[in-house]
Formats: sequence, structure tokens, C-alpha cells
Amino acid sequence: MTKTSDRSIQVVRCGFMALVQDQGRFGFQELGVSVSGAADKEALDVGNILVGNLPGSAALEVMLGDFEIEFIESMMFALTGAETEARLDDVPVGRNLSYKAHAGSRLSLSNVGQGLRAYISVQGGIDTPIILGSRSTHITSGIGGFEGRALRPGDVLKVGRPELGDEYLSRCWGGGESPTDELNVRVVLGPQDDEFSESGIETFLSSVYVVSDQSNRQGLRLEGSAIESRNGRYDIVSDAVVNGSIQVPGDGKPIILLSDRQTTGGYLKIATVASVDIPRLGQASPGNRITFSSVSVEESQQLFIERQDKLSSSINELVGDQFFLRVSDTDISVGMAVSGSAEIVVLDGIAYPIIVDEFIPD
Amino acid sequence: MRELKSRIWPSWFLVSRKLKSEPEGQRFPRVVPAGDSAILIELGSEVDPEISSMVFALTDLIKDAGLNSDLEILPTYRSVLVYYDPLVCSYAEMFDAVNDAVEGLVEPINVNNSLKIVEIPVVYGGDDGPDLHFVADHAGITEDTVIELHSGTDYRVYMLGFSPGFPYLGGLDERIAAPRLKTPRVLVPAGSVGIAESQTGVYPNAGPGGWRIIGRTSVTLFDVNSSTPSLITPATKVRFIPVGQHD
Repeated sequence: MTKTSDRSIQVVRCGFMALVQDQGRFGFQELGVSVSGAADKEALDVGNILVGNLPGSAALEVMLGDFEIEFIESMMFALTGAETEARLDDVPVGRNLSYKAHAGSRLSLSNVGQGLRAYISVQGGIDTPIILGSRSTHITSGIGGFEGRALRPGDVLKVGRPELGDEYLSRCWGGGESPTDELNVRVVLGPQDDEFSESGIETFLSSVYVVSDQSNRQGLRLEGSAIESRNGRYDIVSDAVVNGSIQVPGDGKPIILLSDRQTTGGYLKIATVASVDIPRLGQASPGNRITFSSVSVEESQQLFIERQDKLSSSINELVGDQFFLRVSDTDISVGMAVSGSAEIVVLDGIAYPIIVDEFIPD
Repeated sequence: MRELKSRIWPSWFLVSRKLKSEPEGQRFPRVVPAGDSAILIELGSEVDPEISSMVFALTDLIKDAGLNSDLEILPTYRSVLVYYDPLVCSYAEMFDAVNDAVEGLVEPINVNNSLKIVEIPVVYGGDDGPDLHFVADHAGITEDTVIELHSGTDYRVYMLGFSPGFPYLGGLDERIAAPRLKTPRVLVPAGSVGIAESQTGVYPNAGPGGWRIIGRTSVTLFDVNSSTPSLITPATKVRFIPVGQHD
């Protein structure tokens, strides 16, 4: 058996919901196929860079923690997205940093802090079959991912061959902001903002909205002040919707469409979320508070360009202070660093989580 | 952005739409942003065969123009959405390119005559069509007449949506238009043929649904493992053929 043919991970424990997701299924919307894809694409992108994957690679999207996998083979992995208590065989693991896991070790996630969805990226990417150009799971239509469904304990997921070879070194991301309970979301008004009254637009841009517990990957339903349309009508002949479309149904309360949205919708759309802010909505939990501010389409594009530049420039190889680690009476020169509450040891450029029993200065 | 919106459109456009005198008609076509990564061309606000023909003609023009190698275009009842990558192309550039395509729309637009007709064999009524009786009652005609009227038309595909491969078909005889169920069914079998108001369609996959189900086909409408997954596409017409039983 060759080393690369049997790369896989196995789901050990699965609490709320875990899905295989990549950037989404594009090219089939005119046939009614939902784009789906990671709800927090920034976390997906960062995870892929950290483990040396191409941008389109698939990762695991884990909602609300309570999840455990076993690495059948040794491989590099990274955790991004929501803050969770993560452990690799009982040793704390930090976010936004790529580690090496040994064969047979287990990664467990519990107790989500800020945010809703954590991402586990593995070197080589999750290798479920490509359906209509993507590995993303769309549960409603049973397309993609692992047999078109959410993961269950016992599922074995194949992992692809590393794109950049085995010598890829650990990296960390310095640009990460933690998800927050209060979000100011930038929007580009339209395409049907002119169907709302002036006071309706004013309500939309000045009110605080609260994420309802009726929210899911299809969209965030918001509670708050009703938005007035120009002539009391909210229904329109169906029109295309995009990621971040904010539609306003008859009760006047906005719904922000996300990854699993249908391709078309029959409600007026007051605005569209700036691409740069959509990943934050993928981390929004029921009870979170949202306000909207309007930017021009040009500003929105500029924000996105700046963010993409910053993303790649803020991922670096690890530079830790050099220490000697005494293992069985042998001193090894290593780098050590702290990532959040987790401590790591860096051996030949590759990070491993450790627990420091005793720290003895020279 | 406002000044970009006030572009002057070819005069035939409004004339041909017979909408020149109506305030609604003055608003279309219009090109507006749908966020920072898509641009929307609205050609009207109604379900209308003429608007639909323009939608598909414009979709072809934009595809032919090859604005951006990996763009996705989404035609609907009354609008065309064009995705683009803001890292590659600005809104202003996309606006100009899309406007050029709109100006390329020439009269007469008659794209539907040459469309391929997809024949769908349907078993009407019984367990396959639990609402056939209701539709007949609602229309005040016999079940056989409902079947005759439903299968006697070549339907135009306005768009696909709701679920993969679900066609919104136009051209239903108004006599058999029927309201949706007040409470949608939890599970409608794959292949079910339904009516909702003056629309008809087929459920490619089993799932919840609120349309009045008058029959069912055993034909596979959507196959995710095919490179052309949907039997019905925006470039086809649909004809229902009554059959006695499934193959």
C-alpha cells in the first residue's frame, strides 16, 4: 500500500452538523442548482493556504463544535473559523495555524466560543466525488459532499494527495479577527431599493436587527423594525438572487440569503451584502445584533480587493524563539510559540501541539 | 452610478413593448448592481412571453460576447443576472459591456420557434395525480378535459429554479389554473406534474411541495452524474404526452 493512496480521516463523533464544503458549485444555477459552499469562505481560504492546498479544496464545516475525527494517516491540518476548544489527543490546539497530526491521533472540537462554524482543513483536501464541478454538500437537494448528506460517526473520508508535497511547512495567519456578537454589515443598495419608500430605506439603515433562531445555511432571518415598501407590495415575479442578497418579504423583516440559497426568489431585494462582509454572516448566531451601512459598488469592490491582498500577505511561516527541549535526556533545539491558549513546538518548521510540564530557563 | 443608469435606450425597445405610454414601461430595461460581484439587467416586471424571449436573446448575446471566461449567467422570467469577478473587472467596465449587449438586441426577437421540444410521458390522475379531481372541479370541467388541455400545449420554459431541474413553464390554459395547496405536502414523489395558479411544472426530485399534482412521469429529469444534468433547459420547450401506465 502506497503512502498516498490511503490517506483518509474517520468521523468519530458528530454533534450538531458537519458538512464537506468547498468554494461552491458554480455554473449550474440556470438549471436551478444551488451554489452552496462554505458559509465562511474566508475561513475556508485561510485553512487551505495554511495546509498548502489549492483554493478550491474542500474542508469540513463543523457547526457548534462537539465533533471528533481520527487521522488514519499522518497529515497536516488547520482549524479556522469559530473559536472552539480543540484538542489533538488531549493536547490543546489553536486556531489559524497548521499542525502535523500523527496517524491514529484524534482531533476533537467542543464548546464553541465566538462564532458558529469551525473549519478543519487537511493537507490534500477532503476528496469526496466532484458532483457538477464541486464537492460542496447541498443537503436539501442531496447533492455533493459525502453521499449528499451531513456527516455521521463512522464515515471515512478520503483525503487527496498533497499539492505541494510532504515538505510543506507550518504556517500561521496573523490577520484573523475573532467573530463578534455585534456586526456592522456593509451593503450595496439594490437591485430593487427604488421599490422601497424613503422611510423604508431609513429604517433599514438605522435599525438594529437580531438574528432569529430560524436561520440556517440558506439564510439569516432577522427580527426588528419592518421595512416599508413603496406601494405596500413585496412580491415580485421571480428574479435571480446572489450570496448576500437581502430580500424583504411581506412582513417587512429582512432575510439575508447565504450559501444554500435557492437560485431565484420572489421578494423585493433592498440591498446586497459587500463580499468582504459575507463570511462574517456565516459566523452569525441567533441573538447576534446586526446593523447595516450603505457603501457604493466601487467602495465594496475596493474593500474586497484590499481584503484579498491582506489575506495572502498575512500568512507566514512560523518564527518562534529557540529553546532546548529535553526528551529522554536528549536536548533538541526547537522553536516554541503560543497560539491563543495553546502551546506549540516547532520541529524542522512543522508545528505540533504540546503540553509543557515544566519550563526551566537557562 | 445614477448618471450611468440614465443611459438612453434604443427607441424601438419601448415601442416594441407597447409600454411607451405606461409609466411602468419607462423603467426597463435597466442595469443595476446586485452587490459587488454581479450585475442585473431587468427587462420587465411581469411574466410575459415577449420579455422572456428578450431574456434568452440577451443571455445568448452576453455569452457570445465572452465578457469574462468564467462568468455565470442566470436568466429568469424577466431579468438576466451576470456574475463577474471584481478582482478582474470593475463595475463600470461590466456596466459598459452589458449595455453593449443590450443594444445588440434587435427586432424581431423570436428565439422560441426553433427550440427543441422535450416530450414528457405522464400518467394523469389516480395515485400519480391526487389533485386531478380538484383541478377538474375547480375548473368545472371533466378530468379528461383537464388532461386534454394540459397536454395540448407546447410549454415555454421561463426558467429553472426552486430545486435542481425544476422548470417554471408558461402557457397553461387559464381554464385549468388552480390555487396552490394551503398546506404544502411534506413529500411529493419525483416526477410529479403540478399546477400553481397559471404555471405548470414537474418536480425532478422527491421533496416538499405545494403545487396541485395532476400526474406523474417516470422520466429522469435531473441526473447529477451527467455533464448535461437537466433534461429540460431554458433552451427547450416541453410537451406532456398522456400515457396509460409507466414504462
